Amino acid sequence: MSTGHAHKLYRHGESPVHRLPPHCKIAAALCFVLVVVSTPREAVWAFGLYALLLGAVAAAARVPAGFVLRRLVIEIPFVAFALLMPFLVPGERTEWLGISLSVPGLWGAWNILAKGTLGVATSVLLASTTELRSLLLGLQRLKLPPLMVQIASFMIRYGDVITDEMRRMSIARRSRGFEARGVRHWGVLAKSAGALFIRSYERGERVHLAMVSRGYTGTMPVIDEVTASRAQWAYAAALPFSALAVCLLGWTL
Amino acid sequence: MHVPDGFIDIPVSAAAGVVAAGAVAVSLRGARRELAGAGGHGGERTAPLAGLVAAFVFAVQMLNFPVAAGTSGHLLGGALAAILVGPYTGVLCISVVLLLQGVLFADGGLTALGVNILLMGVVTVVVAYTLFRALVRVLPKKRRSVTIATFIAALVSVPASAVAFTLLYAIGGTTDVPIGTVLGAMTGVHILIGIGEAAITAATVGAVLAVRPDLVHGARGLSAPLKLRVDGELVDARPEAAPAPAASPRPVLFAGLVISLILAGFVSFYASANPDGLERVAADKGIDKKVEDHAAADSPLTDYGVGTIENARVSGGLAGVIGVGATLVVGTGVFVVVRRRRGETAEAEQESVRG
Repeated sequence: MSTGHAHKLYRHGESPVHRLPPHCKIAAALCFVLVVVSTPREAVWAFGLYALLLGAVAAAARVPAGFVLRRLVIEIPFVAFALLMPFLVPGERTEWLGISLSVPGLWGAWNILAKGTLGVATSVLLASTTELRSLLLGLQRLKLPPLMVQIASFMIRYGDVITDEMRRMSIARRSRGFEARGVRHWGVLAKSAGALFIRSYERGERVHLAMVSRGYTGTMPVIDEVTASRAQWAYAAALPFSALAVCLLGWTL
Repeated sequence: MHVPDGFIDIPVSAAAGVVAAGAVAVSLRGARRELAGAGGHGGERTAPLAGLVAAFVFAVQMLNFPVAAGTSGHLLGGALAAILVGPYTGVLCISVVLLLQGVLFADGGLTALGVNILLMGVVTVVVAYTLFRALVRVLPKKRRSVTIATFIAALVSVPASAVAFTLLYAIGGTTDVPIGTVLGAMTGVHILIGIGEAAITAATVGAVLAVRPDLVHGARGLSAPLKLRVDGELVDARPEAAPAPAASPRPVLFAGLVISLILAGFVSFYASANPDGLERVAADKGIDKKVEDHAAADSPLTDYGVGTIENARVSGGLAGVIGVGATLVVGTGVFVVVRRRRGETAEAEQESVRG
């Protein structure tokens, strides 16, 4: 597949992290997040160490910090929820700058912010160092059903096509003087969505027929089998295992 | 409302992941049947069609519709996908979208993927589609009733998902916000979202119905048989070809509903071991009240204030939603058993193709 299909979130690069087999990276990311989530929230220093570990991975992958930080904005809805917690949760209160805050609420907010942010940062690092196609191959190696992987790859291949179709329809609407301002215009938007569905479905039928005429029987041949050597697994496991050490320290201290 | 990492604790996330995986496995099998062509040659149509529908759901989630005064919302798409392409394909498409959003866009945590699929894929689709089927059966067989059923199904599915979230939060939340507050805030916001979702979904389904009624899965069976006018009288064109409805899912749905209601009582009793207060009421009142209260708790008119009596209703609603989840598990079991033979032959074919 040409590089034109690489998604916007991927940062092309040549680093040890980029070269790791995708399934090692996915497994490592998942284990790391699991370890982070199971760390007790009272061990504040542990989360600092996790952030340092992620920083080390980002440095090894040569992903600039600003790139990761910009992508963290996806978390904002739950940050808003977390910021409300010190006011909502009943329990022991404390005074801070004259505002009465609840202690369990503060802990809860810290818990969500720390773990959520580390989780998002992990996903961002995974997505920015792994190409889409290899991400899907990695998921297939990790025993995701092949049919599901096929559906996901179709979705990715045609996602931009369908989104562009929607954008063209939006341009067509606007060039005829339409501007969605309120509830009265929902009908037009819904008709657009209906038209988009019909176009997507019919495109799906055409793609299917084109594939059948080229000998498709329902399974995709795996031509680029990804394998991982023991050394690569060990390299990928460095992140979750060091995190596990931190987590165990967090539980014992 | 993608749930991030660390919001729900590990055991509950893992349990949700197992249920979600079961639902996806069932959907993979069901989607083959739903997307099968007229000739019955099914399997190989699944990937391209479901993939394109997933891309559609992904695109339509970016379609912002203005609400008022500069704010805007976007579709969740669960009810829309279920009614347009059928429940199995709907669950599958939403799950794929959520998977890619989690892995690629960091929207929703990796460990919370099961929770997200369960809440936004499975609960919305199952609630919307069950309600939709029931309404279509009750209402007269017209196009307008499909639109009305769509509206109500989409309207209920979104708050149902919020209630399911509250339930997971009550069992495995990592913070201790009072459950009543969470339920009130979540349901209140999501009833508003649900109204927008319902209006847009109904209008979208109506638009597709007007152009390609054959593409709307939920409206299958509404097409009148072809009639010919012979000597001024209407005669069935092919009286012998009246299509027999393919294997009715009604017994399975019914059995699942009954068992899930029983389980709902049991699980809400189990949840009452939690000393947080709300569940105490569930144990006292939730079990015998759950059947009639379920409908009330799901309706948008329910007062979701926090008082003793409302708590009883709330617990009824919670029990109902557990019931829906349990329906799914039971359905999984039934379908796995029923379709095992077919699955084995299909796998054997796949093996022979690979080999």
